[in-house]
Amino acid sequence: MSRRAKIYLIAIVVAAAGVTWSLTRLLSPGPGTAPAATATAAPPVGTAHITATLYYASSDGRALVPVRRDVPAATSVVDQGRQILTVQFQDAPQPYVQVVPKGTKLRAFYVTERGDAFVDLSGDVVSAHPGGSLTELLTVYAIVNTVTSNLPAVQRVQLLVEGKEVDTIAGHVDVRKPLERDATLVREGRGGQPDPQPKTQNPKLKK
Amino acid sequence: MSRWRVTAHTRVALVTLLCLVSGTPQQAQDTPAPAPLILVSKDGRRTVPTVTSNGRELIALDDIASLFQVAVREDSLAGGFTITYRGKTIIASADQPMASVDGRIVTLPSPITRNGRRWLMPIEFLPRALGPIYDQRIDLRRAARLLLVGDLRVPRVSARVDAPGPPTRAAVVISPATPVAVITEASRVVLRVEADAIEPVFPVTATGLIDSVRVGDQPNVVFVALNRQAGTARTVIATADNTTRVVIEVPMAEARPAAPDPKLSTTDPRLPTTESSRLPGLEPRQALQTLAIDPGHGGDEVGVRGASGLEEKQLTLDVARRLRGLVERGLGVRVILTRDDDRMVGIDERAAAANNGKADLLLSLHANGALSGSPSGAEVFYDRLDREGEAVRSAPAAAVALPVIGGGTRNIDVVPWELAQARHVEASAMLASVLEQELRQRVPIGQRPIQQGPMRLLSAANMPAVLVEMAYLTNSAQEKAAAGDEFKNAVAQALYNAIVRFRGYLEETAAP
Repeated sequence: MSRRAKIYLIAIVVAAAGVTWSLTRLLSPGPGTAPAATATAAPPVGTAHITATLYYASSDGRALVPVRRDVPAATSVVDQGRQILTVQFQDAPQPYVQVVPKGTKLRAFYVTERGDAFVDLSGDVVSAHPGGSLTELLTVYAIVNTVTSNLPAVQRVQLLVEGKEVDTIAGHVDVRKPLERDATLVREGRGGQPDPQPKTQNPKLKK
Repeated sequence: MSRWRVTAHTRVALVTLLCLVSGTPQQAQDTPAPAPLILVSKDGRRTVPTVTSNGRELIALDDIASLFQVAVREDSLAGGFTITYRGKTIIASADQPMASVDGRIVTLPSPITRNGRRWLMPIEFLPRALGPIYDQRIDLRRAARLLLVGDLRVPRVSARVDAPGPPTRAAVVISPATPVAVITEASRVVLRVEADAIEPVFPVTATGLIDSVRVGDQPNVVFVALNRQAGTARTVIATADNTTRVVIEVPMAEARPAAPDPKLSTTDPRLPTTESSRLPGLEPRQALQTLAIDPGHGGDEVGVRGASGLEEKQLTLDVARRLRGLVERGLGVRVILTRDDDRMVGIDERAAAANNGKADLLLSLHANGALSGSPSGAEVFYDRLDREGEAVRSAPAAAVALPVIGGGTRNIDVVPWELAQARHVEASAMLASVLEQELRQRVPIGQRPIQQGPMRLLSAANMPAVLVEMAYLTNSAQEKAAAGDEFKNAVAQALYNAIVRFRGYLEETAAP
């Protein structure tokens, strides 16, 4: 092989390594992103969607677990928030447990200029709640963490019930003011158990 | 084969460049590593065999294959080896401080060497080269001698002595903030951090009444050893700025009373262990004159209902009445019950009863519920301040002059109702710690026995205040136990003993 050919080959390899490195950086989750278990949900064919991190209870009901699910894409922060919460309130994928009481509906969602999101829930979230400080904390922070994890513009989340501020959902946790994300309730891994083979999924928009 | 030639040429060019910086590779001469490197994963801990050579810590390729279950193939013609894991490869050659990892070049702090039949490489090979192709995170914490595999919680834990005393004051700081359970024993304080392991920044040399601070018998446990002159330590847990701080105060032993006799702590609440467990300090003053007990829920608001029908509102009122009897008989202090019958009381009404009644302490009693039947055990919550609460805690009280009957004015401190707890949160943390210790002796305790959260009632309490979840009614065994007198008396006794101990703390902090 001639000297010139060697130089070309070295240049090609270095360029290929650079491209590979760049792609790896682009496609991998950013620093500080909690590794999430992956739940496959078949998106509607031809519908643009994103992969969002939603929060459910671990199988033992002790902690929140981040789970990646496909959510229809939207063109604005507010519409995207509605889409994410709509999926969040659906049945939890196995083996996770839904912490938002069944029947709870999203009445409204909006975001202020200060980065506070307001999530207006139907009264079912109160009337159908099973009670207990732990479960109430999980319910509140499943919503707060889901919104703040997927919408960078949102720093805090305030819950409303039937359009009004309420003291608590089940008698313990103060929801009169916007709440920040709480990582202390989160346990990572499949089913809230250690995940032997955590998978990552490309978070970029896809068809 | 052509790829091998290409990468070899690339490596030759880069090796030439790097060798100018790092010097000529030398033959490894095995000497023992200074301290064992510990691999920590969800499956447990094990020692990683390493050797040092020319000041570099090295690990053998065979050991990597064994520890991480990767396939290794030696290429004798090329003078290198290939590691394969789930379709991804690492290609490396002898005497080169680098490797090709899935097509990407990574550098190493020293060359990969061959010593007889063994391939040796710097331990940084693990996070830098193996990490990118492995399906779990690999994190090397050299200072702590830890190799972390997987998504583990391993907070950094540092300790320092702030004042030799006596009393000796020390602080154990956990970063990032992590729940911690503190157990005070006669000769030591045990901190159990809710983590897979800790990264210790120790030791603290013997200072004052503290002999040492070291990692305990479990990788997430810290022992603070006290010397023979030490009395029973007091601890306060506080969380702020993503850091959990455990402040430990160790007094001299002269004022320490005899250790509580476990036989006295029977299930009969008529046998309180009154003065025996008081914290050491000055002679008691009337720092605890009024106690507020809040039986959670009531009326239509039943709270958690167990599968056998036990309702939270029944249990909380029953235990509250038992505790009231104990406190009135044993301590002679006034007791306020926020409800004394089966009726619904608003949260602000409950807070007002405690605040307007000038209570020195508020215990809110509850029973817990979970989405599965497995969680069990008592838990204690204290309030977590938000931004506004932290601002109030650190700012001086705003005094307002109000007119009084007969003329003149009187200055009073004005505290926003919803932020009343801000100035008491550290005392509440202390109360939670004492309660956890007493509950642990008498009833099953939860996995996270002390927790912080934005608790609605506690935030409005203008005194040290905690919420006690006595048991999980969604756990059938706990529901059955909670329905019986033995459990209710045991909880009441534990709460009573904690109140007695906390009274000592109030008396000491109120002393001029």
